[in-house]
Amino acid sequence: MSALAEGQTGPQSATDAARERTFGPLYSRNALAVVARGLMAAKSSTWLILVSGFFEPVLYLISMGVGLGPIVGTVAGPGGQEISYAAYIAPALLAVSAMNGAVYDSTWNVFFKMNFAKLYQGMLYTSLGPLDVAIGEIFLALLRGLLYATGFTAVMGVMGLITTPWAILVVPASVLIAFGFASFGMGITSFMKTFQQMDWINFFMLPMFLFSATFYPITVYPQYIQWLIQAMPLWHGVELLRQISIGSFSPATAVHIAYYLVMIALGIMLTTGRLRKLFLK
Amino acid sequence: MNPPAVITAENLTKTYGELTAVDGISFEVSAGESFGLLGPNGAGKSTTMKMIGGVSQRTSGKLSIMGLDPETHGPEVRAHLGVVPQQDNLDEELKVRENLIVYGRYFGLPLSYLRPKADELLEFAQLSDKAKSRVDALSGGMKRRLTIARSLINEPKILLLDEPTTGLDPQARHILWDRLFRLKEQGVTLILTTHYMDEAEQLCDRLIVVDKGRIMAEGSPASLIREYCTREVLELRFGSERNTTIGVELEGVGERVETLPDRVLIYADDGESALEQVSARRLRPLTSLVRRSSLEDVFLRLTGRSLVD
Repeated sequence: MSALAEGQTGPQSATDAARERTFGPLYSRNALAVVARGLMAAKSSTWLILVSGFFEPVLYLISMGVGLGPIVGTVAGPGGQEISYAAYIAPALLAVSAMNGAVYDSTWNVFFKMNFAKLYQGMLYTSLGPLDVAIGEIFLALLRGLLYATGFTAVMGVMGLITTPWAILVVPASVLIAFGFASFGMGITSFMKTFQQMDWINFFMLPMFLFSATFYPITVYPQYIQWLIQAMPLWHGVELLRQISIGSFSPATAVHIAYYLVMIALGIMLTTGRLRKLFLK
Repeated sequence: MNPPAVITAENLTKTYGELTAVDGISFEVSAGESFGLLGPNGAGKSTTMKMIGGVSQRTSGKLSIMGLDPETHGPEVRAHLGVVPQQDNLDEELKVRENLIVYGRYFGLPLSYLRPKADELLEFAQLSDKAKSRVDALSGGMKRRLTIARSLINEPKILLLDEPTTGLDPQARHILWDRLFRLKEQGVTLILTTHYMDEAEQLCDRLIVVDKGRIMAEGSPASLIREYCTREVLELRFGSERNTTIGVELEGVGERVETLPDRVLIYADDGESALEQVSARRLRPLTSLVRRSSLEDVFLRLTGRSLVD
């Protein structure tokens, strides 16, 4: 209870302490409590949602890769070498699953907790600041992303789609992708007031899933469509995981990673600014 | 000498765009005191509570909680506070006891402290046998008691209660009052908002009457009644048609006559003799009732309106 001690030695020292903390009243360095709460809640909630999020990309992989794959034959991978269609779409589906998991956690889950369960109001009446809540919730989203990615990578291994030790790096790369979407998703959700508005998120996500060079190379599009796709976050995730999965790296790899690092930084700035506005008005 | 003030508000003001929710109020609360904010819905009570908790930024004025400004020291100030919001916001995804433990962790308290403390508080809230229940299985009164138990997890010096018994049945309210009274005896400073007069009379040492963001009066319940009211009130009902016109005929009875749509109130130190005077004038009310004055009458006197519309 250092806060207590500060209060007793007089307001001056506490003021200094608050100045030293970068985010002052926004952050009390206790995001761990939010994480602990999430894990405890997950323990008693239904596992169905968690499991369904894992199976979705697996079902796509089986249907497209195993079903459609023999008709398609082999496709040119990132380095130009021929790989099976299943090996081509598997990393893309992993990127989609990282995106979906992170977006679900940071949008629908956050929307519900913010507007209906009034969970955040309760948290913010304690020593927690908005930034503790944001960091804790984003961390939980990443934890879920990590679970999905690990499971999916194992499925890829079982299906014989992993041919290089580099492929293990798709797991941390998926977490990076999830981080980008989660940090942005929470900030965007804070603008939403109704369920109708929440549907816009799906309206944006579904085309991104279908058209981000997920199932076929981006070169099928005319140049200006390619630029549009390349501006979207999912394409960078798909390409990043596709390169890693066969161990074929290029300067573009660094660009994809940098895209996500910038996305994470902007997303956290947006989310923190919004939380400050919403809860410390 | 008075104990030192734990809360000091000076010219506290909060505006939302055009609307002024709190309009320059000043008050002090001493350690161990039970202090009430009394007023109708929309008077600015909850906004004041939010500013004390540091979850709403004031527009102007000064505010100090245990010597700290909640705006710049939100986490430190809230470490001293227990908060019971107007609507229960218990964590429905967690069990009853888990609610207490998790909430304690939000304050950064260790589990070795929280485990025995949670059991002690469940005992206090008379919920020990519900420790492993789901929150949505609890009754309204039980949820309220759990919310209060939760607010005590950090052993707060100040407990903020925003309309603690609104929506509860009379029995549940009395249980709750009893629990709050025990806390007061333990030296916890209580700050409560209410629009129930009986609640304010039961629990508050001192209160401010707030209307439209301003303080209308301040004092102990008894002193407010003494200052703004007579000892007793005679309530007469003449039926809705006659109530409004009978006022003239009652003039001179008691100290003051107040005409409401559904009844007429006559303020007099001796209600029974006022009733005799009414009978002497051959006015026959449908019903009559002599009662002691309450804060409700004080509020009516100060604002010309009743508290619960």
